[in-house]
Amino acid sequence: MTDNTADTPAPAARNRPDGLFNRFIKATEMDTRLLGMIGALALIWVGFHLYGQLVNGFGAFLTPRNLWNLSVQTASIGIMATGMVLVIVTRHIDLSIGSVLGFCAMIMGVTQVYILPQLIGLGHPLLWILAICSGLLVGTMVGALHGFLIAYGKIPAFIVTLGGLLVWRGAAFLVARGETISPVDPTFALLGGGPYGAIGATGSWIIGAIGCAAVLGMMWLGRKRRRGFGFAMRPVWAETFLAIAGCGAVIGAVLLVNAYYWPKGIVKRHVAETGITVPEGGLFISHGFAIPVLILVAVAILMTILMSRTRFGRYVYAIGGNPEAAELAGINTRWMTVKIFALTGFLTGLSAVVASARLGSATNSLGTLDELYVIAAAVIGGTSLAGGIGTIYGAVLGAFVMQSLQTGMVLIGFDAAIQQVVVGSVLVFAVFLDILYRRNSK
Amino acid sequence: MTQTQTPLVELRDISISFGGIRAVDHVSLDLYPGEVVGLLGHNGAGKSTLIKILSGAYQRDGGEILIDGEKAEIASPRDARDYNIETIYQTLALADNLDAPSNLFLGRELTNSIGFVDDARMEAETRKIMARLNPNFKKLKEPVSALSGGQRQSVAIARAVYFNARILIMDEPTAALGVHETKMVADLIQELKKQGLGIFLISHDTREMMELCDRVSVMKNGQLVGTERVEDVTEDDILSMIIMGKKPEPAAAH
Repeated sequence: MTDNTADTPAPAARNRPDGLFNRFIKATEMDTRLLGMIGALALIWVGFHLYGQLVNGFGAFLTPRNLWNLSVQTASIGIMATGMVLVIVTRHIDLSIGSVLGFCAMIMGVTQVYILPQLIGLGHPLLWILAICSGLLVGTMVGALHGFLIAYGKIPAFIVTLGGLLVWRGAAFLVARGETISPVDPTFALLGGGPYGAIGATGSWIIGAIGCAAVLGMMWLGRKRRRGFGFAMRPVWAETFLAIAGCGAVIGAVLLVNAYYWPKGIVKRHVAETGITVPEGGLFISHGFAIPVLILVAVAILMTILMSRTRFGRYVYAIGGNPEAAELAGINTRWMTVKIFALTGFLTGLSAVVASARLGSATNSLGTLDELYVIAAAVIGGTSLAGGIGTIYGAVLGAFVMQSLQTGMVLIGFDAAIQQVVVGSVLVFAVFLDILYRRNSK
Repeated sequence: MTQTQTPLVELRDISISFGGIRAVDHVSLDLYPGEVVGLLGHNGAGKSTLIKILSGAYQRDGGEILIDGEKAEIASPRDARDYNIETIYQTLALADNLDAPSNLFLGRELTNSIGFVDDARMEAETRKIMARLNPNFKKLKEPVSALSGGQRQSVAIARAVYFNARILIMDEPTAALGVHETKMVADLIQELKKQGLGIFLISHDTREMMELCDRVSVMKNGQLVGTERVEDVTEDDILSMIIMGKKPEPAAAH
């Protein structure tokens, strides 16, 4: 047990006699919010599964297939939610991202189906890369424009992005007069997931091994630094527990995605195409991690590094906590606003890649209402609309909570109207719980 | 101190208006190394506005700023920092959601070889400076919103002192403090003065100013009433300058 109470993430625990749980939290320095969210997510998952099992006679939720699909469905919202955290932390809001997503998707659709095939030829290996670049560029520029209007035009973000919500949806229609553009480039389509858009069993094990090595490496580095400065260190048993929990989660995820096999029809087609012999007992090909999920994981990791380890991230929090103080500390808060919105635009472009690749086409209505789900994900994940508080992992978990609720209700046969009622209520309830939590931990 | 040397700071004819109101009206002040100059006046007399021009928070409409006898362009707080001007604002200007080390190094984070902020080193440095300024300060990892008024003040002071300021601006540094902490700030001012810093001090407490300052300047309605050496005037003289805007008669000083 360390005597450094300043390291405790839950100050409320200090006043009570240390129970086993509190000692555990203290020693591992785990974020109680994170634990709470994981607990809530587990509750939702088990709840839907049991409900399905008891009422419908079939628990469909906790199956590799559903969880794999859940992860793919979360990717698009999750990627945007990491950007929304920055926007909300700096006391802004972005209502336009659903429309911007639709606009980026249409630009990419037109680029890869109409423009590029004429310039470099259909099926050119660079085609999908150039298409993606066009979408990311357009998203970034739209975001930067919003940021510029907000920072230098002094127009409230609410107004600028409310206008953007209409403008970009209309622009998405105008790009191709409302046509649906398909089919997308076959390589591009892989970024949306599906049996081919997943990296398979071996690839997943490699990713898993890298993940475990990263967990252990970071813990070792952290311990080394703490010792170097003579700071209090976690007890060895707590470190061991964290290492096992971290690696266990990674390995568990690999086992899960590898337990979901390709559908029979696709296996049959695959056999016919490649001419491999089917072993006795049937051919089982694992999906492994879906590419959009890996994109989400990569984005979440990079954004976490950005927010916690760089000056940029520190300034985002400082602006959210006290804009005037940030300005007086020499931070160019206006330029920061432009950068934050540009980054969110970039991530929206990336989400547009995932969303249109998954659909296999670009439609001008793609991403409708996404802004609300993204904001809800960020807020459920603990991002405070008052500014200054919010984490990337929280937003990603929030996106999982939102998607789990929707998927779960579809699986147990609730209709769309009830889904809306439930999702809306959960949003309000989650923020209420968050307020209670913050009040108690003061 | 000899008045023949070059002043550290010279504010010449500084003016600034907000929406037609002259907040600072042709004010000239100077500050020498190792000197404490007090700024006195009612609320709204223009003291905070004047020093915010020096600290880069406001842009002057007229006049010029000289540092070490040379014209200085201070267009932002960052420029002021480049001239080694550090400011402790009345509001403290702390980001409440960040911890003490993050606030101390805000805008000047220590980074490691690959450009990431080095939280451990910043925490270690904060521990060092706090051991000197406020040995009771222990809450290095909690957001500063969880700290007491005095502790928050120590963070703001530490921020100004840590970066080797040559010119220090203190706007009501003791307003939120208890007796013991006020004494600590007074001692600190004496120590910094010995190191050759020039300090602008703003306060409402006339007695405190008489003790801490070498000279006091009184402002009223945006204008400078006068600057006096503290040994030449009485507390009553100063009060009448603040209230009536009247310079003491030269005869009264003799």
